[in-house]
Amino acid sequence: MVALEQELPAGLDLEVHGVSHAFDLHGAPLPVLDAVGLRAKPGEFVALLGPSGCGKSTLLRLVAGLEPPREGRILADGRPITGPHPSRVVVFQDPTLYPWRTVWDNVALGLEAQGVLRQRRNRVDEALRLVGLDGFAKAYPHQLSGGMAQRAALARALVNDPRLLVLDEPLGKLDSLTRIQMQGEIVALWRRAGFTTLLVTHDVEEALLMATRVIVFSERPARIKAEIVVDRPYPRHRDDPVLVELRHKALELLGLAGSW
Amino acid sequence: MSSLDDAAVLTGERNRSPTAPRLWLGGLAASAAWLAAAALTALWPEGEEWVRTGEFASLLAVVAGALAFAVPLLRLFGAAGERLRAAAPWLVVLALGVIGWELVTAKLDLLPRPFFAPPQALLEVYLDEWPRLLECTVASLQLLLLGYGIGAFVGFVTGVSIGWSRAVGYWVHPVLRLIGPLPATAWLPIAFFAFPSSWSASVFLIALATGVPVTILTWSGVAGVNPAYYDIARTLGASSRFLVLKVAVPAAMPHVFVGLFMGLGASFAVLVVAEMMGVKAGLGWYLQWAQGWAAYANMYAALLVMALVCSSLVTLLFKARDRLLAWQKGLLKW
Repeated sequence: MVALEQELPAGLDLEVHGVSHAFDLHGAPLPVLDAVGLRAKPGEFVALLGPSGCGKSTLLRLVAGLEPPREGRILADGRPITGPHPSRVVVFQDPTLYPWRTVWDNVALGLEAQGVLRQRRNRVDEALRLVGLDGFAKAYPHQLSGGMAQRAALARALVNDPRLLVLDEPLGKLDSLTRIQMQGEIVALWRRAGFTTLLVTHDVEEALLMATRVIVFSERPARIKAEIVVDRPYPRHRDDPVLVELRHKALELLGLAGSW
Repeated sequence: MSSLDDAAVLTGERNRSPTAPRLWLGGLAASAAWLAAAALTALWPEGEEWVRTGEFASLLAVVAGALAFAVPLLRLFGAAGERLRAAAPWLVVLALGVIGWELVTAKLDLLPRPFFAPPQALLEVYLDEWPRLLECTVASLQLLLLGYGIGAFVGFVTGVSIGWSRAVGYWVHPVLRLIGPLPATAWLPIAFFAFPSSWSASVFLIALATGVPVTILTWSGVAGVNPAYYDIARTLGASSRFLVLKVAVPAAMPHVFVGLFMGLGASFAVLVVAEMMGVKAGLGWYLQWAQGWAAYANMYAALLVMALVCSSLVTLLFKARDRLLAWQKGLLKW
């Protein structure tokens, strides 16, 4: 764990300038992102908060380099993003572990794809230890519970020493107890390693508990509505009056003021 | 980090059967049944003298003796002993079947001769003709394995290519749609004059019969891979080569095996037809030859060998699948 901490590079500087994007739906363009601009400074934890299906996940795909944006520019450390790179790793809502690989082999995927597995085998063990799965290295994904599978997916991302960790509602399908536990774990990992984190969520409380800054999106096509700076120390508590106040504000921005 | 909250069941040790009874009654019953079959075969006079009746009765007695021997020692055999214990009802029924067969053929002559042969006639074939049967089995296996191997390999590569490359799909798909549904045996007349020998023609036909299902199933497997698997690998720095070999192919393997099983079945059918129609060797040829000489016992003997060979090959393929796809849950046990 200590070794991992020392080797990890600092966070990545992410800039999104005037990005618009659309999908083709039955021949007609369906706009999903409308002139989105934001910046995540090195080491920041930015949450993208918005209603389901508003286009936040699309923004993450663009940041990951899985698709190019139709309009606008996305810069990593000042250079345009042209494709996927292991320094920007995504953890999706579904763990999508490869069912034919053991947990160990799944975590080793990135190192193997980059051809450096032989030199860094011990990193796989370290990552597994970091997420508390060291006893399950030889298990197959179908033998894991939902929370364990998502931890394995997290380890698969961390083993690459990402400088930007992109989290696409990674806790969305977990039961509420596992969810609360893993929120704390992810924040702890981020604080220890210093990478920049981008978290997509539709859970107001989750965003405020974890992020240093929360960006609130509108309904589709997603537009940035507001930015909430959460200047509170970690570990945070759900009943912190400042957070409760911010929660009111966020819900109001999402048009749900009366429902609290 | 947290302790493991989730209790996943990692090793499901199957419950062993409750304490076994002291005496293996099933084994005793089986032994008695085989002894009865031996006695009936040896002592009941036959209308026609069959040459190997005595040997056959001895064989049955040996089985009875071996079973009787196994009754007190079953525990020492471990897992094999457990399997033997489970097989006891089958062993009894098999002995009864031999008795019935013996009665309706050699002993009571109820079935028309020469179409129905008694078991001792089959034993006679095996004892006298085994070099030729062995030769035929080897010839069949050579032809089958070569054709199957070529067909499976070409089918797999073609399937992956169609599934992966749009250009390959554009050219190969229409051909596959036209040729695929045609039974490989329909090519027989053309193949036999288009190829230098009936043997090479048969290799081609078996490869064709194997290749089509393997191609289609491999293709469907590759086409059906969860696109998120590719996204994951790409964000982790995977090359196209990695995506094909380490993502698409392993993800498609369950489908590939379905194709391999279908291809194996089709290859058996083509093998027998090809050997009956043109190739002058092999079990299919032997069947045809035996029928021509009205040597029905030889036919049954060859049929039994063929059944054993086909079944063994299917078992082998199942074993290979169980090894390669151990990660799947709920696999069918063969």
